[in-house]
Amino acid sequence: MNLETNYLGFKLAHPLIVGACPLSDTLDGLRRVEAAGASAVVLRSLFEEQITAESMAHHRAMESHADSHGEASSYFVHNEDFKLGPDEYLEHIRNAKSKLTIPVFASLNGDTPGRWIEYAKLIEQAGADALELNMFHVPVDPGESGSFVEKQLIDVVAGIRKAVKLPLAIKLSPFYTAPANLAAQLEKAGANALVVFNRFYEPDVSVEKLEIESHLHLSTSTELALRLRWLAILSGQVKTSLAVTGGVHSAIDALKAVMCGAHAVQLVSVLLGGGLAKLRMILHEMTKWLQDHEYESLRQALGSMNRTRCPNPGALERGNYVHMLQTWQLT
Amino acid sequence: MAARESVTIDGNEAVASVAHRINEVIAIYPITPSSNMGEFADEWSAHGRKNIWGVVPSVSEMQSEGGASGAIHGALQAGALATTFTASQGLLLMIPNMYKIAGELTSFCMHVSARTLATHALSIFGDHSDVMACRQTGFAMLASGSPQEAHDLACIGTAASLESRVPMLHFFDGFRTSHEVAKLNLLSDDDLRFMIRDDLVHAHRQRALTPDRPVIRGTAQNPDAFFQAREACNGYYDVCASIVQRTMDRFGERIGRKYRLFDYFGHPQAERVIVLMGSAAETARETVDYLVAKGEKIGAVVVRLYRPFDIPAFLAALPKTAKSIAVLDRTKEPGAIGEPLLLDVIAAFFEAQAAGMNGRVMSPKIIGGRYGLSSKEFTPGCVKAVFDELAKPKSIRRFTVGIKDDVTHLSLPVDPDFNIEPEDVFRGVFFGLGADGTVGANKNSIKIIGEETPNFAQGYFVYDSKKSGAITISHLRFGPRTIRSTYLITRAKFVACHQFVFLDQYDVLEYAQPGAVFLLNAPFDKDQVWAQLPREVQQTIVDKKLRFFVIDANKVAQSTGMGGRINTIMQVCFFAISGVLPRDEAIQHIKQSIKKTYGKKGDEVVKRNWEAVDETLKHLHEIKAGSVASQRVRPPNVSAEAPDFVQRVTSMMMKGKGDLLPVSAFPIDGTWPSATCQWEKRNIALEIPVWDEKLCIQCNKCAMVCPHAAIRAKVYEPDALRSAPPTFKSVDWKAKDFKGFKYTIQVAPEDCTGCEICVSVCPAKDKSNPKHKSLDMAPQPPLRAAERDNYKFFLDVPECDRSKIERLDVKGAQLLQPLFEYSGACSGCGETPYIKLLTQLFGDRLLIGNATGCSSIYGGNLPATPYAVNREGRGPAWSNSLFEDNAEFAFGFRLAIDANLSLARELVKSLSGVIGDSLATAILDAQQITEADLLAQRTRVATLRGKLTGVNRPEAKMLESVADYLVRKSVWAVGGDGWAYDIGYGGLDHVLSTDRDINILVLDTEVYSNTGGQQSKATPIGAAAKFAAAGKAVNKKDLGLMAMAYGHVYVASVAFGAKDNHTVQAFREAESYPGPSIIIAYSHCIAHGYDMKFGLDQQKKAVDSGIWPVYRYDPRRVAKGEPPLSVDAHGGKLPVSEYMRNETRFRMVEKIDPARFKWLAVEAQKAAQRRVATYEYLAGLRVPTEGDGQAAKPVAQPEPANT
Repeated sequence: MNLETNYLGFKLAHPLIVGACPLSDTLDGLRRVEAAGASAVVLRSLFEEQITAESMAHHRAMESHADSHGEASSYFVHNEDFKLGPDEYLEHIRNAKSKLTIPVFASLNGDTPGRWIEYAKLIEQAGADALELNMFHVPVDPGESGSFVEKQLIDVVAGIRKAVKLPLAIKLSPFYTAPANLAAQLEKAGANALVVFNRFYEPDVSVEKLEIESHLHLSTSTELALRLRWLAILSGQVKTSLAVTGGVHSAIDALKAVMCGAHAVQLVSVLLGGGLAKLRMILHEMTKWLQDHEYESLRQALGSMNRTRCPNPGALERGNYVHMLQTWQLT
Repeated sequence: MAARESVTIDGNEAVASVAHRINEVIAIYPITPSSNMGEFADEWSAHGRKNIWGVVPSVSEMQSEGGASGAIHGALQAGALATTFTASQGLLLMIPNMYKIAGELTSFCMHVSARTLATHALSIFGDHSDVMACRQTGFAMLASGSPQEAHDLACIGTAASLESRVPMLHFFDGFRTSHEVAKLNLLSDDDLRFMIRDDLVHAHRQRALTPDRPVIRGTAQNPDAFFQAREACNGYYDVCASIVQRTMDRFGERIGRKYRLFDYFGHPQAERVIVLMGSAAETARETVDYLVAKGEKIGAVVVRLYRPFDIPAFLAALPKTAKSIAVLDRTKEPGAIGEPLLLDVIAAFFEAQAAGMNGRVMSPKIIGGRYGLSSKEFTPGCVKAVFDELAKPKSIRRFTVGIKDDVTHLSLPVDPDFNIEPEDVFRGVFFGLGADGTVGANKNSIKIIGEETPNFAQGYFVYDSKKSGAITISHLRFGPRTIRSTYLITRAKFVACHQFVFLDQYDVLEYAQPGAVFLLNAPFDKDQVWAQLPREVQQTIVDKKLRFFVIDANKVAQSTGMGGRINTIMQVCFFAISGVLPRDEAIQHIKQSIKKTYGKKGDEVVKRNWEAVDETLKHLHEIKAGSVASQRVRPPNVSAEAPDFVQRVTSMMMKGKGDLLPVSAFPIDGTWPSATCQWEKRNIALEIPVWDEKLCIQCNKCAMVCPHAAIRAKVYEPDALRSAPPTFKSVDWKAKDFKGFKYTIQVAPEDCTGCEICVSVCPAKDKSNPKHKSLDMAPQPPLRAAERDNYKFFLDVPECDRSKIERLDVKGAQLLQPLFEYSGACSGCGETPYIKLLTQLFGDRLLIGNATGCSSIYGGNLPATPYAVNREGRGPAWSNSLFEDNAEFAFGFRLAIDANLSLARELVKSLSGVIGDSLATAILDAQQITEADLLAQRTRVATLRGKLTGVNRPEAKMLESVADYLVRKSVWAVGGDGWAYDIGYGGLDHVLSTDRDINILVLDTEVYSNTGGQQSKATPIGAAAKFAAAGKAVNKKDLGLMAMAYGHVYVASVAFGAKDNHTVQAFREAESYPGPSIIIAYSHCIAHGYDMKFGLDQQKKAVDSGIWPVYRYDPRRVAKGEPPLSVDAHGGKLPVSEYMRNETRFRMVEKIDPARFKWLAVEAQKAAQRRVATYEYLAGLRVPTEGDGQAAKPVAQPEPANT
């Protein structure tokens, strides 16, 4: 069975890639990912905000007591090699590229537009095959409008597009008012792929400690539905590649995503929970399903259930909701 | 020949630069002010920098200077070129090996930043008392007076020693030279290769101990041989001086800088001459030049080679016309005929006369004086005073200069206005706060000027003794000639005050010469600044016609994300208005330097600093002097209620005027009153905690964790509130004891350092608005006045009856009065809460022997003393002996107390007829464990004293003198891990091996904190520290387990941030245990590299991860048939790496070498698991008791480690 797909300009042997997660943190981990059969890998994000915060924190910790007492002009070893920039991440990209044969996509999670461009350039120089941008901004200020938030994202993408030649994937949050419109604008700004959807640390309340605690739980298949809807809506309306992330736990989940238009299927939770061997199992079952259902290739299924091609597009829109309510009323 | 580089570095670096390049083995131990030399060497070796033979020198940190000298002795004997760096007490510890090294005629040059020896007090500053204690060792002694000379003589000393085989002690003045930043000309590798002759190196190696040419050294000799053998080396000493001179000549020929054994500066027919050595010679030379130009016939002989003392060379240097000579010594030898250099000069003349050296005045007047002890200023005025004294027909034969001696009247009068500084030298004085980066910025400015302009540059930095909120005063000179002014600036052309609050505390403008520029960082709008100045400052600006500039640097720092670091901003201001460099050029250099300094720390750091540079000039304003109309005058620096001694003496030292105090002001034997920190209101916190009494759950954790005893809890009778100030807060006490009492948590607003630890530990949250807790931080200035009144009232409210506190846990213990308060420890210090607790629990019967280190500095560095007294006048008695002997020192306390107690008990027995049998028996049989027991015994002793009054028998008088010993005393040896694990371990171990009732508190910061973060044997695996730059690869020593091995020692490991009640319990158990006890206390520290307000979180992580297990080993449990060890936290709740990642000391390793960090983190995890597993196994062991007859065996399967 031919499972080939094109994603971000790369011809991949199949659509199953490993999404940004700790599995790709080390070179050994990356080797295992490749051995497990992934067609590409997205490295864990470089968190620009974190690098900045850490730089400043170390700077303060080391400098604020220096030269303040006669007995000690400093309290730390002076080491030229103590670098607090993104060097570690860039080195990881370089190592990954030198040892792996599958495409290696870097991922950048940022907050300030200026730094995005700077880091994107460094990532390109380090040899990444593509860059996945992960920009999630929580607009807590009531004076900040939805259009402003979207504009910021579009400006960042346009800025990076101008600065680098790398294929760009934009990992979207599901919380935009008009994702289709945004997708079109991002495409215009130079995005080569859209990834739906980012998952976040969700706050929880500790009733004992009276504190907010943040957790990131592994996804379940129930989260896939939201992604299927927007894949189906976007597929056929934008020319960019599409990828799904969040909620794919089985071959059928993966096939649904492909049918709704995903060129690539990012696996994370299923591998973290079940091990890397799950990837090959899903691949095997996808192949078997396609064979059993007499598909010639995966390409035949790609986008078959998107909004322009599925037999009941209304079900992707509000009709779905009305129907559900009616069903409830009947029972 | 490679071109020689001009660099701007300090004396320590100048010396290390040579020593590292011409040695193969370096062994050191950190000690101020020499530590930096070892650190430079270690850093260079860590980076693979090679010596002139292409090999990276090996640098080893040892457990003490004794160890370092032993290692060096061995390395020399085995054929290496070796060196060491040390000072003061460290040098004393090297003396035994120095005798050996000299006795074996070993080529060796050591480098000493000369520092005061501890006598009536310790001092980290400079004089020659340490090196003078070595003049009998057989070492040659070479003295340098400036960073350039120290650089040069480091080379000359080594080269001469190779040729002469006489080992050299090369010294230069601690701080004045070791820490002075100056522009100097660096010797190239080729220069060093030229000076260090290969044939002599080969000869040195030929003398090495090797089985290929076996010989024996270090024999023991009998009366038949020793004396003659000792004399056999004489020939080498006879030619040593000429070899040194030859080496100096060889150096001078190649390099151009010429030195003599004795250099002379001044009039060729001088009649009055002074003889001296070290940095003071620079000032003397400068002053002599000035006075000679004015027609004086004077001169100065500068001693370079002090030992061997070459009489012909000395006399050759001294003008034959010299009729009167003053010899200046920077040391004091009480009881001697004179100080050593003076006696040498007198003897030289006597010898010369005997030898018939004619052609000169052979019986000049020779007088001698002491100067400059502990870096006391030696100014041109002092030099002139000495020449003036020489001119008198009847001079004081043994004088002092630089102080006012109104007791023995030995001091010379010095004209404070005598000024020789030329107008073409720029002089700037900068007042900064330790944490604001002022010194760093000034060092940077000197570098820019020194390296980017043809000017010479000099920087010297004065620090106070506080570790939090310390004031720094930078003295900078730039000029067209070599700067020889080795004294502080008193007439500055530029004065900068980087903290507005200093205007209320110090006479900053005293330093400004008329017409000078004054730069002030003020938190006010430019139009309001003038009105905000104290009246005295306004007056001085007008009187001296100062140009006045102002900037709100903190505002610029905040807006550019620099936090409290205003260094870059103030540096830009300095260049912008001082005119030492064109403004744009200066800014360009500053930016380049930021990039160079911080580039590796991340782009953000550079970016924000650059933004700060760009923003600065927009906020810098020149202010026109207004009318002198301010209603605000500088407040008195201590309250009028302070005791007389504090008013007369302490307050002067607090405001930086201690130099003006005469000899009569001082105690004669180093004894100072305690409890004087309370008079030093530093007001350094920008924000202080505010108590919401309605939310408080009365846990007292805030008081427990406060490093400065600046937040306190009290229960008291409601009547006490009658005269309470209007804003004083109070609630009903909720616990069962003290029913009906009131309760208050009170902040000392002027003593708080704003560390926020109390707020972080406070568990009481508002249920409707949990962001608000019972303690929240709020700006201090608006609260200051009211809270000052409240705090004063709070202190006057009587303390509760300590014998009535039901449970002495954290809550109970914090109702006890702290007798350690407001110390100069770092904001957020992790050590001081333990000491405070110690004084709360046992303070009124406590003796502390304190090892040198942080705890001796914040515990006993004047001007103020933090150990306090209670209402009855009792409190901790405290002393610091040395670094290495503290356990023994405190052990001596115990021996004395036991001796006095034995005497008292015997006398009680023998006087029972007078005392009454029942009282005598009650006193002798008293159990003294609880507070009630102790109170009862104090009452008995008071009754006893009453009964003894009027009894006219010698035994009764004797009993009166020792009666207080009948109340149990608590003896503690307190110190850091450097003492307990390293330098003092031998003594500590010995004390533990005894059966005396002595307690040891180890404040374990896992690093030498006081001297700047060098590794100790307590440094954990994976941490980067100085001398463990790549991350320490071996586990920390398990001191607790070693102590447990004795079986009879009480041992506890505590971490108050993780288990506070456990800490209190361990302290009480240790104290009540009638044998030796040791508590190892986790102490978070600025040297760990994170914001100290998270100190408690990190302690908890350390305990939860198992890297810091907490336990108590109590031998008393054995008698009950229980295992003595109780493991009170097992770890395993989170990975050790999670703890490590939060601290710079570990994170640095991860960023530099992620693979190594990963390995070290795994090893740290394994070590934690192994440690906990070992303890758990031991905790399952029942030790056989008397008659048991069984071997130790587990009584139960120990719980498996959770890790």
